Amino acid sequence: MQDSDNKRFVPRDRNWHPPAYAPGYKTTVARSPRQSLVSLQHPSRSELTGPSFKALRLGLHDNDLLMNYREGQGQDGLPVGERIVMFGRVVDQFGKPVPHTLVEMWQANAGGRYRHKKDGYLAPLDPNFGGVGRCLTDDQGWYHFRTVRPGPYPWPNDPNSWRPAHIHVSVMGPAIATRLITQMYFEGDPLIPRCPIVQTLADPEAVDTLTGRLDMARSRPMDYLAYRFDIVTRGELQTYFENQG
Amino acid sequence: MSQQPTHEGGLLYRETPSQTAGPYVHIGLALDVAGLPLRDEEIWSRMAAPEAEGELIELVGTVIDGNGDPVRDAFIEAWQADANGDFQPDFDLQKPFNSFGRSATTADGDSEWSFTTVKPGRVPAANGKPMAPHVCLAVFARGINIQLNTRLYFDDEAEANAACPVLNAVESPARRETLIARREEADGKVRYRLDIRLQGEGETVFFDF
Repeated sequence: MQDSDNKRFVPRDRNWHPPAYAPGYKTTVARSPRQSLVSLQHPSRSELTGPSFKALRLGLHDNDLLMNYREGQGQDGLPVGERIVMFGRVVDQFGKPVPHTLVEMWQANAGGRYRHKKDGYLAPLDPNFGGVGRCLTDDQGWYHFRTVRPGPYPWPNDPNSWRPAHIHVSVMGPAIATRLITQMYFEGDPLIPRCPIVQTLADPEAVDTLTGRLDMARSRPMDYLAYRFDIVTRGELQTYFENQG
Repeated sequence: MSQQPTHEGGLLYRETPSQTAGPYVHIGLALDVAGLPLRDEEIWSRMAAPEAEGELIELVGTVIDGNGDPVRDAFIEAWQADANGDFQPDFDLQKPFNSFGRSATTADGDSEWSFTTVKPGRVPAANGKPMAPHVCLAVFARGINIQLNTRLYFDDEAEANAACPVLNAVESPARRETLIARREEADGKVRYRLDIRLQGEGETVFFDF
């Protein structure tokens, strides 16, 4: 008997998450299963355990996108754009901090261009910006990244679709069952309600939870603005009574 | 954060909703595919080194969409037990085996994902009975709003497969077949192939848990 055998998680609310088939976001049409998901009534260790990255050797600037990719020197080696800190806390559905979990993020540069072989948008690459970060949450579940605010960019969906400024965020949580990839949007961005990917979320409150909030208290005068984005992973329950048979 | 009522009358925060990993997932999670320089350590598709205990194998496959076309921007995560049926959750590149790995389909050519690993041992189901050897796979991509969770089983484990409570949770025997990888031997290597079909004929079984 392992601890994981007594563990379970609050069921994932599939109506709160976006559905697989969301025709307003055209690529989902051919990439969404038609059959129902097969529910595992009693998940096993295969789902209830997951990797820990405490031993992964992180670089000094892995969570600092102002510093972790530079072709220039000194101030000429800094990326163009609004300097921001993105920070928040990873907690579970009961509000319990999720410590030492891997949080990864990636984003476009200030002009809305990704440093990716397949992105051919007009906006130029920034010689001093890669666009990737990672860190472990601390004992209390806090994480932070220093970066620039990404630009919005056009994409082929409707004849004139634009993505709001966003940062992709990946969080592991304690198990395969809690694995989550999402996106943070920026408070006040007029492109949020116009975005077909945002619109895959049925509940406006769900969009609200993906919106990073400007936090002047955490910003630093003459340096950067701060945006807070808290992440909630599935709540972990303990089974106190063993069933017979 | 948003709250929802529970049956017990309390409040629960709602899980952060998922959004697609998008076409540029590689920048964040598979830097080599994006063309970015690698950091000191990356989580990659080599889960087992030659000195790992067990049979060294390769897992390989494509991801196919509802039109029959290969998905060239899929990102896959694998999670499996070691050869003894134990998970090795403490990811450490100095160790010969890690339970967790990442791969991506290639933008050109065969557009295959692959993992180098060992054949996993048997892990107990929730009721204590052994499941057949399997690898958990999660598929992320542009156009996939929340990851699709599936499993890879092995065609040379027919007896264990027939008794596996999770395979048997799939009502249709024909659909169980969509989870079974086929053994191939080439260049002295043992490979198991599983094509993941997102939609339509031969649609892969995806799990909710």
